[in-house]
Amino acid sequence: MTVSRDVDIALRVNGEERTACVHPMRRLLDVLREDLALTGTKEGCGEGECGACAVLVDGKLVDSCLVPVAQVRGREVTTIEGLAKRDTLASIQQAFAELGGAQCGICTPGMILAARALLDRVPDPTESDVREALAGNICRCTGYTRIFESVLRAVQLERGAP
Amino acid sequence: MSSIGQPVLRKEAHAKVTGRARYVDDVTMPGLIHGVTVRSSCARGRIRGITFGPGIPWDEITVVTARDVPHNVVALINDDQPALADGVINHPEEPVVLLAHPSRALLEKARAAVHIDVEPLPAVFTIEDAIAARTVVWGADNVFKEYWIRKGDVDAALARVAADVVLVEGEYATGAQEQLYIEPNGMIAVVDAASGAITVSGSMQCPYYIQKALMKLFGVGPEHARVVQMETGGGFGGKEEYPSMIAVHAALLAKKSGRPVKIVYDRAEDMAATTKRHPSRTRHRTAITRDGRIVALDIDFAIDGGAYSTLSQVVLSRGCIHAAGPYDVENVRIRARAVATNAPPHGAFRGFGAPQSLFALERHMDEVARVLGLRPEELRRRNFVRQGQTLATGQVVRDDVDMGAMLERAMTLSEWNAKRACFAEENARGGPVRRGMGLATFLHGTGFTGSGEKHLASIVGAEGMADGRVRVLAASTEIGQGTSTIFAQIAADAIGVGYDDIEVATPDTRDVPNSGPTVASRTCTIVGKLVESAASSIKAQLVAAGTLREPYDARAFREACAKYVREHGRLRATAEYVQPKDITWDEERFRGDAYGAYSWAVYVAQVAVDMRTYEARVEDFWALQEVGKVIHPVLAAGQIEGGVAQGIGWALFENVVWKDGRMANDRMTDYIVPTSADVPPIRVVFDEQPYAQGPHGAKGIGELPMDGPAPAIANAILDATGVSVRRVPARPEVLFESMESAGSSEARVRTRAPEGGDRVA
Amino acid sequence: MRSDIGDFELAPAATLREACERIEAGYRPLAGGTDVMVLLSAGKLGHARWVDVWGIDELRGIEVRDDAIVLGALTTYTDVRRHEVVVRELPMLVQAASETGGIAIQNRGTLGGNIANASPAADSPPALLAYGAELVLASRAGTRRVPYADFHTGYKKTVARPGEIIASVVVPRASAGDRRVHFYRKVGPRRAQAISKVCFAACADVSGGRAGRVHQVRIALGGVAPIVVRAHEAEKAIVAGESADRVGDAIGRAIAPIDDVRSTARYRRQVALNLTRDFLHHVGLDA
Repeated sequence: MTVSRDVDIALRVNGEERTACVHPMRRLLDVLREDLALTGTKEGCGEGECGACAVLVDGKLVDSCLVPVAQVRGREVTTIEGLAKRDTLASIQQAFAELGGAQCGICTPGMILAARALLDRVPDPTESDVREALAGNICRCTGYTRIFESVLRAVQLERGAP
Repeated sequence: MSSIGQPVLRKEAHAKVTGRARYVDDVTMPGLIHGVTVRSSCARGRIRGITFGPGIPWDEITVVTARDVPHNVVALINDDQPALADGVINHPEEPVVLLAHPSRALLEKARAAVHIDVEPLPAVFTIEDAIAARTVVWGADNVFKEYWIRKGDVDAALARVAADVVLVEGEYATGAQEQLYIEPNGMIAVVDAASGAITVSGSMQCPYYIQKALMKLFGVGPEHARVVQMETGGGFGGKEEYPSMIAVHAALLAKKSGRPVKIVYDRAEDMAATTKRHPSRTRHRTAITRDGRIVALDIDFAIDGGAYSTLSQVVLSRGCIHAAGPYDVENVRIRARAVATNAPPHGAFRGFGAPQSLFALERHMDEVARVLGLRPEELRRRNFVRQGQTLATGQVVRDDVDMGAMLERAMTLSEWNAKRACFAEENARGGPVRRGMGLATFLHGTGFTGSGEKHLASIVGAEGMADGRVRVLAASTEIGQGTSTIFAQIAADAIGVGYDDIEVATPDTRDVPNSGPTVASRTCTIVGKLVESAASSIKAQLVAAGTLREPYDARAFREACAKYVREHGRLRATAEYVQPKDITWDEERFRGDAYGAYSWAVYVAQVAVDMRTYEARVEDFWALQEVGKVIHPVLAAGQIEGGVAQGIGWALFENVVWKDGRMANDRMTDYIVPTSADVPPIRVVFDEQPYAQGPHGAKGIGELPMDGPAPAIANAILDATGVSVRRVPARPEVLFESMESAGSSEARVRTRAPEGGDRVA
Repeated sequence: MRSDIGDFELAPAATLREACERIEAGYRPLAGGTDVMVLLSAGKLGHARWVDVWGIDELRGIEVRDDAIVLGALTTYTDVRRHEVVVRELPMLVQAASETGGIAIQNRGTLGGNIANASPAADSPPALLAYGAELVLASRAGTRRVPYADFHTGYKKTVARPGEIIASVVVPRASAGDRRVHFYRKVGPRRAQAISKVCFAACADVSGGRAGRVHQVRIALGGVAPIVVRAHEAEKAIVAGESADRVGDAIGRAIAPIDDVRSTARYRRQVALNLTRDFLHHVGLDA
């Protein structure tokens, strides 16, 4: 009983117009990873619990495993691949790299996007803001301490601190 | 300048923060098809038949059953686990049939259409039922392995129990724990059509374990079984052994289909089917003088190994050796058993048996202190082992360790005395939130137990490259803990070049020698020392050849190295582990130097318990440890913080709900690990006493932080509420029931000598 | 992903009318996907035909009227947390929203979806019940209003008729002059990204200061029965000035907790009673 045919869905991904001919209910995660070959977005659980698949849709953090692609038609999607400008890391990436915010690295893309979403809304967060903003992103390696430090360091970097 | 002790950028940092790091599920290739596993549906039974249901184009699907397996075993230690069940089922997640097809959607339907008809047999699900052996599910008596440690004369000491020596008894248990690395397990197998050679790549800790499994199962030599590690999204022990199973499955499907096959588990399958931390129960009988000197420790330690022996005996030996902790006790008897049940095999998880036995010991110490009316820190202070004294195995402590001073420092940092007093006063007012402080003092052995390192005889290579840089060749895997980074630091320092002048090769059995498995807190200290040695040999070769003259700078080295490679084609050195002469170990009697070195620690937890909801929350945490020289301060602190967070999870949240041997809560929604909102500030302090045999004096660090949190937290709950936590996780439901049945939580105390000799259970 | 997506249909809908036509034809509404897509991934989505209502503007937005706040069914938890009037007047709903999932879930999960999913462990329904909310149900035939307290009839069962979709949630505003006490406690297995074991919400209108009289109270509990329950009998006991023990007894009769993978019946019952005590203390009725 195949009832939905594949349809062309156009969206902007990291600033570029992309089109995928897919089932409208296909998970945004699968479209990014398989149809658009953007494998920086990870699947950790497939149930919206771990946050490894988090991306931004129109600047808002979402778990891409829970988003049917039809709902991002015409929207702007930002993935981890879209943060660095050529080879220059974004400050949030730089901070994660330097301060041990990434260990095994599998939660890192989602974690960094969750941090990005926080900083876009709250440019000068407290540690408590950071804890809340990242609570939907599970990290099993770091105990989160270095991640908090990385986010707070990114705030300084974005203010032009050395 | 040397990078040792400096927070250099981790080697794969850039790839990981940009999303370019390639994990197994990120890779595809022409012709690749997917593989899935059909598992048993009951805990134990005989397979009567396998039916392939209607509505599925079976002729399009590659199907592998036990009949297709050349030598049906996943090689490890005892080789008792089949790759695919053949006739008998021993646990509810046992692989029976493998399927492969290009369409994952079709595969899921096919998986559901395979019916395995099983005649059920009685099964065993608990340690006590396994020991009772009314139903025997493994060997003659359900016991995979039994070890004894005997020091002094415990029976004679117990006979002294009277007015001046009391006996305190207690029983403690710990639950299974899922590693929950965020990248699920996965493998890709490719078979070369012409030669039949197999290449397996994927997420793993131990490439050479997988190679051994492939060689044994297919009956091929190492040149036909190549294993390549890909970026690995966490392991914690969970990718030590089970990846061998997935690798042979992928290879079987690739052989039969003639196409590359990828198997990636989804979260539910990974949680339910792969290994978890061994559940345990430990009984303690402690004879102690009224003034707090331990006369005898009599310990019965048992772990649930699940359906096959896998690594249980090794987990058992570490748990057994750590069971008596960092104390100087004249008489010690430890009986340790790993038993079989019909759960999926339990396996390696950070700490490897030690967290289980140390939980029991460190909880029991607080019970003993309570009986004697001593403060918990005072009881420990009176019994700490010192340099020159002996541990349970008779090992003489060579480290200049001063646990008393570490305890003092941890108490100062945590404001132990002031907080205890303040909380006691506040708690007495009977408010809805009670606070307490708890501590644990412990040790963790570095490297493989006993003669393990000697048998492993690990090898590390180093080679000069044409561009003048040096590449480290080792099978030790980077799984997030920083292997590549610290190897580069150590090699750079040994040669006297910059950190960026060192490259660390991808663990690929074709290219790197066997430096042993990435387990047992051995990578930095044991393998790192070999890295240092191999790198030094490269330098020595250049000097000996006259290509390099000392003193030199990094640029001169690069030029000399490049020149040598140009002229000779190859510059390569290896280093092999040689056990220090002063280490002796008697495997039969479990006597001697169990480990080359120990790391030592004092952890303190501040906990608040909400009496309305029975929730315990860790409010603050101090982790003080002596780990030898710290090679990379950020990575090292990250190891401790991550281990403490896993320890908090094990202590309070992480509960595997078993239903007839199967994990019932196999979803991240229902298996609860700490989020960023649940972890307290974790205050990490390193005390660095260089260890002569480690690179720059480094000892092991990875597992240590798993040992302390659970008993420290449970002891803090006791301090806060008077409730004695006998089992972790101390979920609110458990604390509620304990408070309801208050009074039963008192330790059993005797002032008369007990009956019986060696029979502890 | 364990489902074959080819077995499912996701139909577009630009207007409420279009959506209602689909729903009448047997489609179910898909909003933010935070429940439906989980089931899809797990291979457990039992219904095949879905209509995408996420883009329907008529179902979005928060309207503040004199007597009520009207929340469109597609109001997300993030919308709830950021709306000034909602934050001021419906703090329990805001707290429920902030304790539902993480930020990514709060950006996508909707009030309408949460209600329609009818989980007894959902976080916002107890708050809505305690605020005396009503639901507006829309169909091709028009709209009707039902008290939220009457909406859930059994585990995953509701009074919604075939062809109906939740269009909005209407929450009455407090009358001037009353002191309103809001008391919301979610007890989950951890502090964030957690499913409730017990959820307790109570809203009391008190006249005449701290020592004053509770003249209206609504209490709702989640996680302790097949549906989120109102504790009418306990409410009456409070208004009648009965003892804390009598109120507790009434709460005990209102709930029917069970053992499951998340908790135990005994624990849930005791915590529900403890939170009742805590609420009475909070409102100044435990003296």
